[in-house]
Amino acid sequence: MRLPLLALLTRGPAHGYELKQDLEKLLGAAYPQPNVGQIYVTLGRLEKSGLIEGEDVEQSGRPNKRTYRLTDAGREAVLAWFEDTAEEPRVRDEFFMKLALAPQSGMADPITLINRQRRQYLNTMRDLSKLAASEDRDNKISQLLIEGAMLHLQADLDWLERCQEELE
Amino acid sequence: MSDDAAGGAPAAPGPTPAPEPAPAPAPIVRAEGLTKTHHGEGAPVHAVRGVDLTVRPGEFVAVTGPSGAGKSTLLHLIGGLQRPDGGKLWIGGQRVDTFREARWAVLRRRSIGVVFQFFNLVSNLTVADNVELPALLAGASPKAARDSRAELLAELGLEGRERAMPGELSGGEQQRVALARALVNHPALLLADEPAGSLDSKGTREVLRLLSRFHQRGQTIVMVTHDARMASAADRVISFFDGRIADDAQLGGGRREKPGGVSRVLDLKE
Ligand SMILES: Nc1ncnc2c1ncn2[C@@H]1O[C@H](COP(=O)(O)OP(=O)(O)OP(=O)(O)O)[C@@H](O)[C@H]1O
Ligand SMILES: [Mg+2]
Repeated sequence: MRLPLLALLTRGPAHGYELKQDLEKLLGAAYPQPNVGQIYVTLGRLEKSGLIEGEDVEQSGRPNKRTYRLTDAGREAVLAWFEDTAEEPRVRDEFFMKLALAPQSGMADPITLINRQRRQYLNTMRDLSKLAASEDRDNKISQLLIEGAMLHLQADLDWLERCQEELE
Repeated sequence: MSDDAAGGAPAAPGPTPAPEPAPAPAPIVRAEGLTKTHHGEGAPVHAVRGVDLTVRPGEFVAVTGPSGAGKSTLLHLIGGLQRPDGGKLWIGGQRVDTFREARWAVLRRRSIGVVFQFFNLVSNLTVADNVELPALLAGASPKAARDSRAELLAELGLEGRERAMPGELSGGEQQRVALARALVNHPALLLADEPAGSLDSKGTREVLRLLSRFHQRGQTIVMVTHDARMASAADRVISFFDGRIADDAQLGGGRREKPGGVSRVLDLKE
């Protein structure tokens, strides 16, 4: 959550609740939203490490609210984040390990493992389709997030098919 | 027996006497030990090797599996486009594996719509004629055929393309016309072999939306697909490997949700 928050603060100072709402609006309901507590904790840490600076703003009849702005070090961190390419997602290594070790242990049948795993992926795929249908069609970012998850899952399913072909 | 409605799969069930509990409707498809070996050049290919399968009215079944697993062959057996070497087959409760071509042709015209993996449309007929032809062959009046055609094309978003030739349509449009053609006689069973075959993600979604809509209205569908997104729209997914059913999974209902549910796969990394 650190870098998305920093990236939002490049637009100008904001307080924690604002940042939460902006994230929600941007990513849509598809993305599991951090709760406001998590956001405050993260902001606290970012402040401690000098990437942002907080300032209390008085509000009439209400407790002060703390507004944060990006420091130069924070701006550098965001730049470096955009510079860097993201790591590739990895093959689900836990399932891979089960598959590799099933024949060794003699305690599970690889094909049964594959079938069970496929059922789970297919059900997840179904949930994602439903989510895509229920989510705002015009929220491109959110739709793309779901589509990305579906394509990853499709690749996982293709790989299971390859495993089954080879191990059957 | 004449080629009458008894030869067809059940349409809407008639009124049942009130006091007795309605008997479970006959399966639309029932196969027992279905086998098919192709004898082309070289060694014989055992494409379908002992398949038992039941499809109930209203079900949407997807068949997935690697290339060459025998999916199309299975679909062709169910639609009577190829004859099994062994096993039994019932369509709408009627034993059909003993049928000759003429009776199969009647059964298909009345009760089975087929979308093939390749070459669905008659290339020198207009879109309108492609869709009307099966209706006319099944005995519909020209006016009834025209009306059904117009209704389906509108539903599939193809209004205004009636006079086009298949070659003038995009791949996605051609697939939708193929779907219209398969559905024009209101078949009890729709067999679709890779109905979104070579389409991109958007075209696939369109075809899928249409299939789901027909399914919601009660259309029974057996669909072959490589695309897991399409498969997951079905109620049931059959994994086909090497001529056999390796798994037959009911989707949705009764699943224990993993903690986090679907959000697990959407989670961005910390
Ligand atoms: N008419 C035929 N003559 C000879 N062999 C055939 C014939 N039809 C299919 N086969 C062979 O039978 C096997 C199964 O073919 P089928 O078309 O059913 O596979 P499929 O699962 O539909 O594959 P794909 O996903 O590539 O469409 C293949 O090995 C294929 O080469
Ligand atoms: Mg095929």
